[in-house]
Amino acid sequence: MHRTFRLTLIGSAALALASGAALAQNKYGPGVTDKEIKIGNTNPYSGPASSYGTIGKAISAYFKMVNEQGGINGRQINFISLDDGYQPPKAKEQVRRLVEKDEVAALFQTLGTPTNSAIHEYMNEAKVPHLFVATGATKWGNPKEFPWTMGFQPTYQTFGRIAAAYILKNHPNAKIGILYQNDDYGKDYLHGLELGLGKDGYKKLVVSAQSYEVTDPTVDSQVVNLKASGADVFYNITIPKFAAQAIRKAHDIGWTQVHLLNDVSGSVSAVLKPAGLDKSQGIITAAYLKDPTDPTWKDDAEFKEWTAWMNKYYPDGDKASSFNVYGFTVAQLMEQTLKQAGNDLTRENIMKQAANLKNFRAKMLLPGIQVNTSPSDFYPVEQMQLQRFEGETWKLFGPIFNADGSTS
Amino acid sequence: MANDAQARREPADVLHFAGLTLRQWRWLWLALGLATAAALPWTVSNFTVFQFTQVLVYAIAILGLNLLTGFNGQFSLGHSAFYAIGAYTAAILMFHLKVPYFWTLPLAGVICLFAGFLFGLPALRLEGLYLALATFALAVATPQLLKYKAVEHWTGGVQGLTLKKPSPPFDLPLSKDQWLYYFTLLVGLLLFWCAWNLVHSRTGRAIQAIRDNPIAARTMGINTAMYKSWTFGVSAFYTGVAGALGAIIIQFVAPDSFTFFLAVLFLVGSVVGGIVSIPGAIFGGIFVTFIPNISEELATQIPGVAEEAAKGLTWTVYGLFLILIIYVAPAGLAGLLRMLLPRFVRR
Repeated sequence: MHRTFRLTLIGSAALALASGAALAQNKYGPGVTDKEIKIGNTNPYSGPASSYGTIGKAISAYFKMVNEQGGINGRQINFISLDDGYQPPKAKEQVRRLVEKDEVAALFQTLGTPTNSAIHEYMNEAKVPHLFVATGATKWGNPKEFPWTMGFQPTYQTFGRIAAAYILKNHPNAKIGILYQNDDYGKDYLHGLELGLGKDGYKKLVVSAQSYEVTDPTVDSQVVNLKASGADVFYNITIPKFAAQAIRKAHDIGWTQVHLLNDVSGSVSAVLKPAGLDKSQGIITAAYLKDPTDPTWKDDAEFKEWTAWMNKYYPDGDKASSFNVYGFTVAQLMEQTLKQAGNDLTRENIMKQAANLKNFRAKMLLPGIQVNTSPSDFYPVEQMQLQRFEGETWKLFGPIFNADGSTS
Repeated sequence: MANDAQARREPADVLHFAGLTLRQWRWLWLALGLATAAALPWTVSNFTVFQFTQVLVYAIAILGLNLLTGFNGQFSLGHSAFYAIGAYTAAILMFHLKVPYFWTLPLAGVICLFAGFLFGLPALRLEGLYLALATFALAVATPQLLKYKAVEHWTGGVQGLTLKKPSPPFDLPLSKDQWLYYFTLLVGLLLFWCAWNLVHSRTGRAIQAIRDNPIAARTMGINTAMYKSWTFGVSAFYTGVAGALGAIIIQFVAPDSFTFFLAVLFLVGSVVGGIVSIPGAIFGGIFVTFIPNISEELATQIPGVAEEAAKGLTWTVYGLFLILIIYVAPAGLAGLLRMLLPRFVRR
C-alpha cells in the first residue's frame, strides 16, 4: 500500500514534469510545425549581380544535406529562396510574399546592401528575424534600433581597424597614403582606419587621402599623387578593377611601399593576375574564410568535407569560387541557431538564439576564428587574419585580429 | 434627317451584342471593373493588396509610355529615368522636407513634365531608332547621376532613402496597405480619365495624326515640334507620378531600383497590354507584376530540372510567355479583345 502510494506519487510527479517539459518544449511561431521549419531568402539569380546567386544555391544545397541527415531536431528545413534580381522594389515584394504569404519563421542571408536596406524597416516592424544578411555594411549590427536584423561577415570597418593595428605595431612612424572609393563602402573602410588610429593618430600619420569615383576610367593620377606625397604605407580601398590598376601603376612608377589592400579585392584571379603577379608580391590583405584555391588546405579536414559536400550536393557549382565556401559557412550559423532553439521555435526565441552563439566554430572559417554574438553584439564574425602575397598564393601570417584591432 | 442622325452615331452605338449596344457594354464593363477594384482589398490578404497596388503603379507608368509610343509614335527606352525622377522627388520631399506624401505627386508630375518636355525638344531632331538610343542613354545615365557626389546629400547615394509607411487619414478603418491601394486607385482613375479625354480630343487627334503621317499633319497646320515635345512631357508626367507612387508604396528608393531593365519592363508591359490602348496599360501592369512570379513558380515545376538549376530558368519561362503572347495577340491583350469582339457583334 505504502509502496504503491509512493510509486504513484513518483509516477505522477514524473508525468507532471514530463508534461510541463512538453509544454515548454513545443512552442511554435509562424512557419514551424512538428515536421518542418520554413526559412525565407532572396538572392540575385538574375540581373547585374547574378554572380552572387551561387551563394543562395550553395545554401539550398547545404540544407538539402541537413534534411537528408534527418533535419534539425527532427524537422526538415524548407528553404524558400526567391529571385530579386538585385532590385530593391522586387526584394521588398518577394520578402513580403515570404513573410505574409509563405509565413516563414525567419529570413536568412538576404543578399545585397540596397536590397536589404529596402526591407530593413519592414522586417523590424513585422518582428521577423532578419538573420545573417549577406552584406559588409556596418549598419546591420544595431540591436538597439533594429533588434530583428543581424549581419554575418566582418564589416568594412573591421578591416580598417585591423589595418590600423598592424600599422601601429609594425610601422609606428608610417606616412600613410590612402586611395578610396568615394561612396559608403569606401567611407566605411576609411572610418574603420580612423577609429583604429584614433583621431590624433589619423591626423599625424595620414599624409594624403585620394578619392576616386566608381565611374572614373583610371586611378593612375591618384597613385602618382600618393607617391609624390612621400607616403610609405599604401592603404588601398578599391574594388577589383581599380585595385588591379593601382597595384600596376604603383609598381610601374617605382613606388615601393607597405601595401594594405582591402579584403573585397583579395581575389587572385580577378585582381592580382590582371595586375601582374610579379607586381603583386608582398601585398597584404585580410581574410576570414579558407580560400578553396589555396593549396595550404589540400589536406585540411574541413576543406575535404567541403569538397565532398560540393561533389554530392552541388555538383554544378564552381569549386574555385569563394562564394560557395561563404554559403557553406553561413548556413552552419542558421543550423546552429535552430539547433539551439530546440523545440521553442517562436520568432522571439530564434532571434534570441541567434544573439546567443558562443564560440561557435563554423567550418571553413580560418583556423582560430569563432562566431560570437550577444544581445548587444550583432556582428557574428569579427575576426580576420592577415595574409601576404608570396609567389602565386596568399600566405597567412601573424595572429588572429579581433574587430577592435586587438589580437587573441 | 434620320440618316443624318445615324451618320453622327459612332459604331459603338450601332453594334449590338446580346441586346446591348457596345457603348452600353463598355459602361457595363467599366462598372464591373470598378466594383471589382473597389471590393478587392476586402477579399484578399494585405500582401495581395500590395501586389495589386504595384499593378496600378506600373499601369500608370505604362499608360505614359502608351501615350508617347502608341499614340504619338515616339520611341522611348528611357522611361525608367522619369520614373526615377518622380520617385526621388517624392522621396526627397518626404525624407528631407517632411512634405506629406500626397503633395509629392503633383510636384513629381510637374518636374517630370518639364524634364520630359526639355528632353523632348532636342530629341525632336531624332527619329525612330535614334530617339530610342538617346532615351537609352538617359536610362543608363540616371542611376549613375543619382550616386553623384554633389547630390549625394539629397539622394542618399548608393544607400538610397528609407521612407515611412503612410497611415490612412481620418481614422478610416483600413489597413495601411488597403489605404495605399485606394489612394493609388483614385490617382490612377483620375489619370486614366484624363488620358481618355486627351486621346479623344482635338489635341489627341493631332497627336495621332503626327504618328500616322507627320507631313500631312504639318500641312494641316499642326505644330508638330510643339506637340511632340509636349507629348513627351505628358508621358513623362504620367511615369513620374507613377514613380512617386512607387516610392510611397515601397517606402524605399535607391539608384539600383531604376536601371535600364525597368525601362524594358515598361516597354514589355506596354506592348503586351496593347500599346495603342488606354485600358491596355492595366493588362500591361498585371503582366509586369505577376508573370515573373508565375515564371519563377513554373520553372521549379519543370520535370527533370534540379531546384538549383531552375533558378536560372525563370527568365526563360518568362520569355516563353512573352513569345506566346506576341503570337496570340500581336496587338497586345487589349488588341486581342478588340479583335475577338467583331465575331460576336451584329448591327
